[in-house]
Amino acid sequence: MTELTAADLRTIFQAIGDAIEADKSRLSELDGVIGDADHGVTMSIGFTAVNEALAKLDASADPTTVFNTAAKSFLNAVGASSGPLYGTAFMRAGAAVKGKPTVDRDALADCIQAMAKGMQDRGKAERGEKTMMDAWLPAADAAQEAKARGDDAVACLEAAVAAAEAGAEATKAMLATKGRASRLGERAIGHMDPGAASAVTILKAITAAVRGL
Amino acid sequence: MKTKKLINDPKVIIEEMLEGIVAAHPKHVRQVEGAPRAVVALNGPRKGKVGLVIGGGSGHEPTFVGFVGKGLADACPIGNVFASPPPDPIYECAKAASGGAGVLFMYGNYAGDVMNFDMAAEMAGMDEIEVRTVLTTDDIASAPLDQKEKRRGVAGNFFIFKIAGAACDTMKPLDECERLARKANAHTYTMGVCLSPCSLPQTQKYSFELGPDEMEIGMGIHGEPGVAKGPIQTADAVTDAIMDKILGEMKPNKGDKVAVLVNSLGATPLMELYLLNRRVKQRLDQVGVSIHQTWVGNYCTSLEMAGASITLLHLDDELTGLLDHPCDCAMFRAG
Repeated sequence: MTELTAADLRTIFQAIGDAIEADKSRLSELDGVIGDADHGVTMSIGFTAVNEALAKLDASADPTTVFNTAAKSFLNAVGASSGPLYGTAFMRAGAAVKGKPTVDRDALADCIQAMAKGMQDRGKAERGEKTMMDAWLPAADAAQEAKARGDDAVACLEAAVAAAEAGAEATKAMLATKGRASRLGERAIGHMDPGAASAVTILKAITAAVRGL
Repeated sequence: MKTKKLINDPKVIIEEMLEGIVAAHPKHVRQVEGAPRAVVALNGPRKGKVGLVIGGGSGHEPTFVGFVGKGLADACPIGNVFASPPPDPIYECAKAASGGAGVLFMYGNYAGDVMNFDMAAEMAGMDEIEVRTVLTTDDIASAPLDQKEKRRGVAGNFFIFKIAGAACDTMKPLDECERLARKANAHTYTMGVCLSPCSLPQTQKYSFELGPDEMEIGMGIHGEPGVAKGPIQTADAVTDAIMDKILGEMKPNKGDKVAVLVNSLGATPLMELYLLNRRVKQRLDQVGVSIHQTWVGNYCTSLEMAGASITLLHLDDELTGLLDHPCDCAMFRAG
């Protein structure tokens, strides 16, 4: 891959949707342990709506339009917590590539960072609070570091996935202070945060899709 | 094994439920044209009145949509099962409820609801609609007293919305409606117990596990785990455990007055609710607290969860007057 076109971005969103669909039950079960058991369902509803909206989008749409369409459709299909968080993430990714006809390696790493920043601004969670941010923030940093090293796009994404996986794993030992799991106190310890788990699923799907382009 | 449910297609379960609700209550509610997930009271919103918008995830019926009607809520955005509605229908509700005197957003304190309602409030602000937000935090088991702002809103919503709706219906200004809504929230205490779990229509699997002889005290209305699991106890023992916590925090004086709500989480029958209520009455008699009015039944459910919650509203003259104010909603009538 040298540069991702808007059509490639649609392929990536489709890949994310397929991966979430395949992972739906596991994500809901993780959420059932410490939350309200709807995370897999919610993410599936969101990405289904995204891909339906993208299918209707004009072929000439630029990357920013693809991201903004994804943002709006995800937000309004889902609500919940994931809606505003991923809605904001995609909107920020769209802003990060504004005016660009394609997304190159650097822009890809920047998109991931913009998404993580957007989610953090909206949800106001810090690292170590047992949320999706424990996967997204290290992933964004790892992608930036790989970019600075001069790694190619796939290697940047692989670094992001590895960091997200480690971050998600680390949520098992954390005491939740944000979101619904925070009402659990110590009973949440030992369980992976479902939002962090789905972040890994998303990043893995992006990586596999970019590798295949 | 899938749980048994009378559904057609989980993908359209909300749309089909709303179709059924509007068909059953055509004199009370309608869907906003072009925004079917925004449900509005037929005779509620009017010029000069503060609009009351309540809402949240589906699966708690009659909360929230059942409390839309004259004298209570003006509009209700509808979320997916156990998920906050997105900003668009909330914004549509704010517009429909607005009579030029401001709009009150009231909903349970959950991270997702806060984000979506706040986004909608910003959208309404751009239309010059002033929005104030009052979060409900009546579940005393969901966080300790010194972290009251972290508590979630559960069945006590019924009392809190009722008070706020009456304040709005009696044409009080926005400041006053907000003050009374906050006061009602501060005076409402709920705690529940779960006996068996619920399952989402999309998964038809139980969201959590409880052993055959277990119950869980303090469980949330989405199946969020509570404060303690333990062996199942008698109706009196469970009521005592709940009433000890509620009275311990409420600290009523002899001669005080309360309203009581004994609520089923979905599957627990009236017979058992009345056993709980019998003990509630005994406990209140013991401390010399009188009961102004009692409601028993399904007011805030959690799909097919078995279990119940007890809510006390600690009354004074001001709250009593508003509680007694008539309302006529799709699924609830008073006065």
